[in-house]
Amino acid sequence: MTMLHTVNKSPFEKDSLTSCLRLSEDGASILLIEDGIIAAIEGAATSDAIKEAMKTKKVYALQEDVNARGVQGKVIDGIEQVDYAGFVKLVTEHDSVQSWV
Amino acid sequence: MSDVKKFLYVNRRAPYGTIYAWESLEVILIGAAFDQDVTLAFVDDGVFQLVKGHDTAGIEMKNFSPTYAALGDYDINKIYVEKESLEARGLTIDDLQHLVWEDEDEDWAEKDSIKVVSSAELAEMMGQQDVVLSF
Repeated sequence: MTMLHTVNKSPFEKDSLTSCLRLSEDGASILLIEDGIIAAIEGAATSDAIKEAMKTKKVYALQEDVNARGVQGKVIDGIEQVDYAGFVKLVTEHDSVQSWV
Repeated sequence: MSDVKKFLYVNRRAPYGTIYAWESLEVILIGAAFDQDVTLAFVDDGVFQLVKGHDTAGIEMKNFSPTYAALGDYDINKIYVEKESLEARGLTIDDLQHLVWEDEDEDWAEKDSIKVVSSAELAEMMGQQDVVLSF
């Protein structure tokens, strides 16, 4: 079973990301969307936790949400940016989706 | 005018994910018509409201960030950004829009509106306000 996790809340406002990282299996995919993309910023207080997770999990960020917040070019190396079509593709490629709302 | 009060708007949310940032900006602009002494503070995720280069075409939402540049024309020129909030998010003042106002007492000299301050400085400034509105 492969699972896609989506996180749509800022890591500075809610603990959704922390819970997602703790409760997702190795090999899982994590897609950061909406305010969740704040966790994709290099140099943020959360970036070490994300980089640690990237050793065993695949991390994505929704490009449209990155662009909207003006942090293009600040995304951690190794985080793959996907567009809405890529989001849909990820959903189809995984057996299930867990939304950490 | 003796009944001028010191108003502080505290902005703590990132834009677009929730409506708080836009609502705050609307209230600030409406409030600007009442000739009060207005100060804005951007702390926590609120600092993302001032980040330059917002491109909202992809999420099909209105990009309201250019409106911040108009605040100077409404005599809103005290804009404080908490240094600690910027640092925790991997941001510096160079990532923010360059907001200015024109000082009519100095031949309309252009001056910076944004000031990056420490938590302690912000706390002191908050303590001097008559009214604090939080978004």
